[in-house]
Amino acid sequence: MNDDQQLKPEPWLPSYDDPPPGHVSGSRLERVLRSGQFAVTAELNPPDSADPADVFEAARPLAEVADAINATDASGANCHMSSIGICSLLTRAGHGTIYQISCRDRNRIAIQGDVLGAAAMGVRNVLCLTGDGVGVGDQPGAKPVFDLDSLSLLRTIRTMRDEGTFLSGRRITRPPRMFLGAAENPCVPPLDWRPERLAKKVEAGADFIQTNYIFDVPVFERFMARVRDLGLERRVFILAGVGPLASARAARWMRSNVPGIHIPDAVIERIEKSAKPAEEGKRLCIELMQQIREIPGVAGVHVMAYRREHEVSEIVAESGVLKGRVPERRRTPVTK
Amino acid sequence: MYRVRLFAVRHSRAFEWLYARLESTMVALDPLFARIGYGRIERPIAAIERATKGLLFDCKMCGQCVLSSTGMSCPMNCPKQLRNGPCGGVRPGGYCEVKPQMRCVWVLAWDGAARMKDGSKVRDVQPPVDRRLEGSSSWLRVSREKAAGLREAREASRTTIAKAFPDARAHEPATAPLATEPAAAIKPGRDQ
Ligand code: SF4
Repeated sequence: MNDDQQLKPEPWLPSYDDPPPGHVSGSRLERVLRSGQFAVTAELNPPDSADPADVFEAARPLAEVADAINATDASGANCHMSSIGICSLLTRAGHGTIYQISCRDRNRIAIQGDVLGAAAMGVRNVLCLTGDGVGVGDQPGAKPVFDLDSLSLLRTIRTMRDEGTFLSGRRITRPPRMFLGAAENPCVPPLDWRPERLAKKVEAGADFIQTNYIFDVPVFERFMARVRDLGLERRVFILAGVGPLASARAARWMRSNVPGIHIPDAVIERIEKSAKPAEEGKRLCIELMQQIREIPGVAGVHVMAYRREHEVSEIVAESGVLKGRVPERRRTPVTK
Repeated sequence: MYRVRLFAVRHSRAFEWLYARLESTMVALDPLFARIGYGRIERPIAAIERATKGLLFDCKMCGQCVLSSTGMSCPMNCPKQLRNGPCGGVRPGGYCEVKPQMRCVWVLAWDGAARMKDGSKVRDVQPPVDRRLEGSSSWLRVSREKAAGLREAREASRTTIAKAFPDARAHEPATAPLATEPAAAIKPGRDQ
């Protein structure tokens, strides 16, 4: 590899402009959503490496189709490069990023400081999560922090952004301009209370929602019907989570080992019966996206294709959810 | 105890009532508590609170009780200590992500709240836990704050003379029943 020159990010000028009127952050994702277009976000598989090239490499297949890339924060309580590090790198390269914060690992002092740091690095979207328990990860002996929960985290960052103060009341001279996100899991119990809980997240400050995997469209439709009854789809942008399943075995493993994943038996059977399970998984994902796009109140999709990131652009293209729209051109550094 | 805790949530409505009674009694006892000194009764009351609530709700003495907003299901029993749950990992049948043999504290909370008279409080966004209050009596703090609030509200409408002479209270216009006014006073100018 002799392309050091190309690896260098472009000179980055720190500017801290106010968001356009009617916007809280002015991020690309916010602009796309507020203009009423169907948005696509995608989850990046964080590298176990300190090389920035690995980050750009991981982002490349997502960048073509995603309005913003989610950098997970030690998801599943497994250690990887930090979300703030990944977001800083990608933001400098011109990508839209979503900085994920999980309450599992840091207390309110650390988190508030990181939010300012991320904003200063140009990050404009943040996803507030509670986080999985430490027990499921690669370091089960770690101390679970959970000083805040996802809702108090949302409220904290909203206070920082809108009131211009820390939780302590101390003033912030330039508040962080963040488009605030939260997660929801419409297909796991308590099903009846999930929409109410979404309302609580909106109340706490959520501007957009990314859901966990939706494999059960009827359950999701019922959820959305209740969401519309509560008028929530007008107050928050809902991006439904989708992803390709690699095989029936992988699906079963996910269902029993990854917290919060609901996959109906019929879905697993369909993949099991197919001669080409991976192909079928992809088809299924595309079909789900097309069905979900038609549900009133859904503002976009969030693609989580763990270890199948290379398929994301194909999936999005084939599904036609973007209806020919091309997410803005970026200055992706060429790494290969 | 887990079984008792489930019982308490099933009977959240009764406990809500009981709690309201307890609170008004404690508020009424405020002058007495103040005379003895809140500092002096803190430890014994906290001990009683720990024993009863420990038995009934598996209370962890966070010192800022939210039971009446969580359907009588103590959120400190959630392994993630969520004050605004449930998380996204609830297992089929409503079991906990982290402790699969336990019902999710927050599934119970929403169900318990639905049975309560004023269950809508479960929709309020709760602030993060103030770790300094751990181990202190939440009963005392709440009733003391409430009593102080009531006192303040009462004081606000009182006149200088009533403040200067506590015994003047009974004769204060704001609290004394209004005397029947002569008709002329009610409709002045009628005869002019
Ligand atoms: S499943 Fe319920 S009790 Fe368990 S960690 Fe999540 S919110 Fe807490």
